[in-house]
Amino acid sequence: MKKLSIRNIDQGAIMKLNKILKNTLLIVLACFALSACATSKKTTGQMQGDVYTGTDTIEYLASGVPDRVFFATNESVLTTASRETLRKQAAYLRKNSKITVVLEGHADERGTREYNLALGERRANAAKDYLMTYGISSDRISVLSYGKERPVDSGSNPLAWSKNRRSVTVKAN
Amino acid sequence: MKIFTKIIIFLIIIPSKSFGLIEVDITRGNLDPLPIAVSPLSIDENSRQNFEKIIKKKNIGDEISKIIEVNLKTSGLFNPLNKDAFLQAPDIANLKPRFEDWNLIKAQALITGKVSYIDEKLRVEFRLWDVLAGKEMVALAFTTVPTNWRRVGHIITDKVYQRLTGEKGYFDTRIIYVAEEGPKTKRIKKLAIMDQDGANNKFLTLGNELVLTPRFNPTSQMVTYLSYFRNLPRVYLLDIETGMQEVVGDFPGMTFAPRFSPNGKKIIMSFAKDGNSEIYTMDLENRIVEKITNHPSIDTSPSFSPDGKFICFNSDRSGYQQIYVMKSDGSNVKRISFGKGLYGTPVWSPRGDLIAFTKLHKGKFYIGVMRTDGSGERLLTENFYQEAPSWSPNGRVLIFYRETKTDDKGKGFSAKLWSIDLTGYNERMVKTPTDASDPSWSSLLSN
Repeated sequence: MKKLSIRNIDQGAIMKLNKILKNTLLIVLACFALSACATSKKTTGQMQGDVYTGTDTIEYLASGVPDRVFFATNESVLTTASRETLRKQAAYLRKNSKITVVLEGHADERGTREYNLALGERRANAAKDYLMTYGISSDRISVLSYGKERPVDSGSNPLAWSKNRRSVTVKAN
Repeated sequence: MKIFTKIIIFLIIIPSKSFGLIEVDITRGNLDPLPIAVSPLSIDENSRQNFEKIIKKKNIGDEISKIIEVNLKTSGLFNPLNKDAFLQAPDIANLKPRFEDWNLIKAQALITGKVSYIDEKLRVEFRLWDVLAGKEMVALAFTTVPTNWRRVGHIITDKVYQRLTGEKGYFDTRIIYVAEEGPKTKRIKKLAIMDQDGANNKFLTLGNELVLTPRFNPTSQMVTYLSYFRNLPRVYLLDIETGMQEVVGDFPGMTFAPRFSPNGKKIIMSFAKDGNSEIYTMDLENRIVEKITNHPSIDTSPSFSPDGKFICFNSDRSGYQQIYVMKSDGSNVKRISFGKGLYGTPVWSPRGDLIAFTKLHKGKFYIGVMRTDGSGERLLTENFYQEAPSWSPNGRVLIFYRETKTDDKGKGFSAKLWSIDLTGYNERMVKTPTDASDPSWSSLLSN
């Protein structure tokens, strides 16, 4: 029993240490990210991890309703920012109940063509599922994957790739 | 189409059995290509004039021998010697070479031949000689329509290659690919087809819709590919002789990554729905569709083994893109790629023993091969971006495409076809009139 409690205390200490280490690591990473941004020419672009967080290339379905969400490399998980964007899109679509949309899923150029077609489809469906949980009927949403065929940024660098990993909501009518 | 007119081959003399004659080893990188003399095919003046009218080339005999030379050189296994050094006249050499003369210029093998115009047909005979042994190795003659003259050059090369290496050639073949034009963000893509040496390039679609990943039927002149016709990405079947095409199957969503089964009777492909891609087959005769994989991950890029018993494919069920092998009914799924990095586009060799793939590791793309159980991984070439290998029909050469890195302003993008020997040697760009990607190699058109 005693030993067990000691171990618990130790674990607590280790966890604290871990937290401290993680925080310092985050700061170091942030420094790297900042210096990376400072050196890259396009200062409008930003990334968190490797998810694009800037406003370049974004168009608007209506005032304050961005048309696209971005993904990490090889991922189709929606980020907090992406979910916020999609909630705005859902609200807009609820207000405008006659509008139907196509969700166009895209991947960056750093993958094989066929896998990227599947990945684009998975990304667009992640966005579709989220819109559906906010009350948009599936028959108002169709999905179209372009894989890596339609990049918005023709650059061969991490920032360009981050802009290309996206799902874009396009009005279909 | 005239190119497909069957070539009739008459054997005049059955190839004599070999005893200690020259051989070319193709299993290792060949750093010392075999010196070979390709004597221009001799032609009588009357025949020459007749062919000049038809094919608009001054001397068809010279032209065919040039095709043979280029083929032999491109293979990396042969070193065609400069014709200026040839001492013997083509017509006499074809009757009986003076081996001392050919030996003098260090030729180890010699090709001679004769072209004639007979009953509006092109008749070609050729002989392959072992210069050192002073012996005839092959003698063949064919008759065909004059417009097939380029194919005659390819068929002769195939016969020479087969006699000297012991394996079938890959010269009388074609490549189907995607021709690309325009800026990277708005690429225009068309299906295109050309002879293996880049001649007779022809566009098969107009570029109105995005087309991707064409693949030959190994047993006929059918092609399967992905088209975004009406913005619905679907697998299509195209007969390149008639131009007829149709959608494959009736799927409520995107179908992609198509390939034929080895007997040409089925198409295997992916169908994506609700964020999940699964592999399906469709029988082209009875239209029966079968679901082969059943897993919530991405399953794509399927390719049959040449005996049709197994399928290799790409899946991220482990979390990342890896190569798997299963029985053709979908049972016994086994992961075979375990090296560092991501693996994609597995393609089973027509010889059955290897799987070619694309690998992404630390920001570099590799084309490589591994045994069908995943052992013996060998990387053949490294680059900024390259993928999608396709095997030559004899399983000795891979063709793939490579894209360049753009500069800071996003300029300088290009996509080109490249080929490399299984040995990792003889890497070379395959010339195309426009940018190009997604190559697929046909089977041998003759025999």
